[in-house]
Amino acid sequence: MEILLQQIVNGLVQGSVYALVALGYTMVYGILGLINFAHGEVVMIGAMIALTVLQTLLAAAVAPVLAVVLSLLAAMAVCMALGYSIERIAYRPLRNAPRLAPLITAIGVSIVLQNLAMMIWGREYHSFPLPFNSTSHQLGGAIVNDVQIAIVAVALLIMSALMWLVQRTRMGRAMRAVAENPAAAALMGVDINRVISATFMLGSALAAIAGFMVSANYGIVHYYMGFMLGLKAFTAAVLGGIGNLRGAMLGGVLLGLIESLGAGYIGDLTGGFLGSNYQDVFAFLVLIAVLILRPSGLLGEKLAERA
Amino acid sequence: MFINKSALLVALGIALAGCGKSETASNPAAASPDELVIKIGAAAPLTGPQAHIGKDNENGTRMAIDDANARGVTIGGKKARFELLSEDDQTDPKTATIVAQKLVDAKVNGVIGHLNSGTTIPASAIYFKNGIPQISPSATAVRYTAQGYKTAFRVMTNDAQQGKALGEFAAKVLGAKQIAVIDDRTAYGQGLADEFVKSAEANGAKIIVREYTTDKAVDFTAVLTSIKGKQPDLLFFGGMDPQGVPMIKQLRALGIKTQFMMGDGGYTPKLIELAGDAAEGAYASLPGVPLDNMPSGRDFAKRYEERFHQPIQLYAPYCYDAVNVMIAAMQKAGSAEPEKYLPEIGKTEIEGVTAKIAFDEKGDIKGGAVTVYQVHQGKWHAVQTMGGTPAVKP
Amino acid sequence: MRLHRSSPGRFVFAAILLALPFVIDALLGHGWVRIADFALLYIMLALGLNIVVGYAGLLDLGYIAFFAVGAYTYALLGSPQFGLHWPMWVVLPLGALIACGFGVLLGAPTLKLRGDYLAIVTLGFGEIIRIFLNNLNAPVNITNGPQGISAIDPLQIGGFSFGNSYQWLGMRADDVHLHYYLFLAFTLLVIFISRRLEDSRIGRAWVAIREDEVAASAMGINTRNIKLLAFAMGATFGGISGGLFAGFQGFVSPESFSLMESVMVLCMVVLGGMGNVGGVVLGGVLLVILPELFRNAAGPVQQALLGKVVVDPESLRMLMFGMALILVMLWRPAGLWPSTQRRREFAAENSVLQQEQETVYDASK
Repeated sequence: MEILLQQIVNGLVQGSVYALVALGYTMVYGILGLINFAHGEVVMIGAMIALTVLQTLLAAAVAPVLAVVLSLLAAMAVCMALGYSIERIAYRPLRNAPRLAPLITAIGVSIVLQNLAMMIWGREYHSFPLPFNSTSHQLGGAIVNDVQIAIVAVALLIMSALMWLVQRTRMGRAMRAVAENPAAAALMGVDINRVISATFMLGSALAAIAGFMVSANYGIVHYYMGFMLGLKAFTAAVLGGIGNLRGAMLGGVLLGLIESLGAGYIGDLTGGFLGSNYQDVFAFLVLIAVLILRPSGLLGEKLAERA
Repeated sequence: MFINKSALLVALGIALAGCGKSETASNPAAASPDELVIKIGAAAPLTGPQAHIGKDNENGTRMAIDDANARGVTIGGKKARFELLSEDDQTDPKTATIVAQKLVDAKVNGVIGHLNSGTTIPASAIYFKNGIPQISPSATAVRYTAQGYKTAFRVMTNDAQQGKALGEFAAKVLGAKQIAVIDDRTAYGQGLADEFVKSAEANGAKIIVREYTTDKAVDFTAVLTSIKGKQPDLLFFGGMDPQGVPMIKQLRALGIKTQFMMGDGGYTPKLIELAGDAAEGAYASLPGVPLDNMPSGRDFAKRYEERFHQPIQLYAPYCYDAVNVMIAAMQKAGSAEPEKYLPEIGKTEIEGVTAKIAFDEKGDIKGGAVTVYQVHQGKWHAVQTMGGTPAVKP
Repeated sequence: MRLHRSSPGRFVFAAILLALPFVIDALLGHGWVRIADFALLYIMLALGLNIVVGYAGLLDLGYIAFFAVGAYTYALLGSPQFGLHWPMWVVLPLGALIACGFGVLLGAPTLKLRGDYLAIVTLGFGEIIRIFLNNLNAPVNITNGPQGISAIDPLQIGGFSFGNSYQWLGMRADDVHLHYYLFLAFTLLVIFISRRLEDSRIGRAWVAIREDEVAASAMGINTRNIKLLAFAMGATFGGISGGLFAGFQGFVSPESFSLMESVMVLCMVVLGGMGNVGGVVLGGVLLVILPELFRNAAGPVQQALLGKVVVDPESLRMLMFGMALILVMLWRPAGLWPSTQRRREFAAENSVLQQEQETVYDASK
């Protein structure tokens, strides 16, 4: 029972990590219908910036709390600038191009960012110097620490904030209008380019937060870290119904739980025939099953496919 | 449309030809008649997730070559000048064969590489076909030297040698009865874990749980939690330090007090630096004798740090030894021609920085001593050297 | 591509293709001939994916799985793994057939999915295949797991092995040259089939589905069968290419079939020009050659421009490759050499897009 509870906690934490990244994916997709393949790399850049700033500030004996806040802000600022530039350079000129063209530039951006990071921060793994001790707590037999609690809380908080933004603010209304029909939105006086840029910057700021949280949780940073994370988050976003904020959260948490319970129990369920090496197979099979039953994901809208 | 296509081919041809020229132009081939230019090829991943270890290999090879040039080596009465040709194989078997072919084209006299078994094996076929001696500093798959290629050597113990030593150490020295094993499903991790299991079982331990992960994972809480329920005495992980670090941290964070052990993939300064207190008490192994116990080893580590401004990552000393074996064989043969000095490699014995290097009839390192280390107060300390002839007590 | 109209041109072209490996060899060495061999393998792969993505408009991110199936079929039936050494002319078609079966297996449950949902399911499928190949060494050892299968039989017909060297009339042909001709023959076959399919009823049905599935179905096209056929055909080409790869390389391991490989093949198709055989061939050639070109150029170019090597050439190589992907797409969004049909569409795409969105808008009211 303790073990099961611990597995659920593990899954929730891992799932919230996926959700944090998936929220950024889904924001962009919701507006543009574009898989922003470079999103995982933006997360990585965020983590790297946070690392550098944090190291510098701590070395200069700045108060730990201030250092953490400043490094997070710096990461968000850099990522927002990065997100804005990526959209301007690699996506905007292709807005009316064939659907797969921006996918290829996204892959290109992803390769460029990865190699830039390798040149700047080197090939080795870096330790993420979180200046607090993340205390562990007992939760009915399961162990969970502060950073993990923070991850779940931040993911929930960000999702709620985004939903408020999209549903209740002027900017949100403009976003929804652009998502629904860019041409009509433009006719109604919405500055489409501004809305799209804002979406990218928002998504990238989220990526920076995700990068910070992930690094704080695992304690290591590496220029290659964005790839797998981006892939898993993309899977989570599709599982929940891509383009839907609540779906991203749900998909992320579900994927985390599926992986965790899968890795923990496949062996016992199949009498040792299959082991935790089939964890990803299990996750993908669940995804395929969900999509066959609900072709637009769990919370996806029944919209006809966008061009 | 024909015009388009042929124009394209011509353009492509020009582009290729141009690039070929720049290649030859970049090689300073202005050798004086009594100087012998010897090209040593090196191949390892210099981009991608294992780039830091690949670069370390290149550094080790470079240092050996620079040292040889500095001390002045004569081969067959001629003064030898060594050149390094380093290529990136991207951990990709296909790219490895291309790189191998390119090194052969460049007429290298010998190759130090590759890093991984998955690249070393397909590339070895090409070196064999062209008679180019190859010494891998780090490929551990048993298969590599079992293909019957007389050009293939390694200065690293293979999985069977290392797994045997580790299994013995776990079961006999540490007295572990119930053992959990995780591997990362790479050729290295799985190969080593399988040999560890064989050896541990042969020495009376019981493998109570076998779990798996990947070489890209960072979250191991799920498998660790399921291991927690089974309460093993020891957890063995077949994999590299990028996974080892978060794994050991999560292991301790979950309150699991079992012993933790890795192979040579875990014996890195990074493991301690990144895992901090969690690394305390962890075991890892490294083929050969501790650098500190070898007369030239300590000096090598110092000079490496001075030159590259970072500690040795992993296999740089093995690359260094590999180059020196090659040079020694060339000196013995009095020639750097591959067909002339190849037969000498197997017979060459040198006092390397990692161990006394000599090969068995397959090209594996003879004896194959393996030293087990433990983290104690934030430093790796040698615990015991297993196997090898003669066994060296640190 | 309409070479049959000018026969002198055809002869010159054929002569260039035939002489190419020896020209490359003389200028650049065996390494580049080997790269040309891989380029041909990737052209076959890209042409196969072109059927699925370019003709039928189904985004497939797990295409490399079929390559893997072909490669492992060859490896298992022609290596010491099971002690089987079946001849090439049995194993290659068998590999193609099995890959074709997997194509249908993937296609069947995903018929209802569209666009990016299909992309993620195919991605998952590719990963599932790779994970199985990587883990089927226990409890029964089939694939030898991550260790891969080595000592695979070379491609050979009767007593003639493509892995050996032969002397003819004072000319020496090595394994890389011989494989070039073998792969060229297969590539030409695949090009021929692709071109015939394009102009056939099936090809038109694919295009109809790509453009508007509902309308296609209304016109009496059996969309289910036609889509499955696209998956099956694409997979077959992948399977053949995989078999050739295994025989050429002599070693297969699961790491050759990662997601990045699928992405690269997709890049070839899109960058070259989706739906156009010539464009896809061009894309395949470019994407195999570019990284290798940068490998040689990154160091010397810096040397020439700046007088010293400032940035590690290896880091620069992939950076330049990524930038090339972006720049080419920005410069020619429909691909370097798009099909005439797509070029027309692209011009009209804007208005079509708006129309579609308006209908969506109306429908959701």
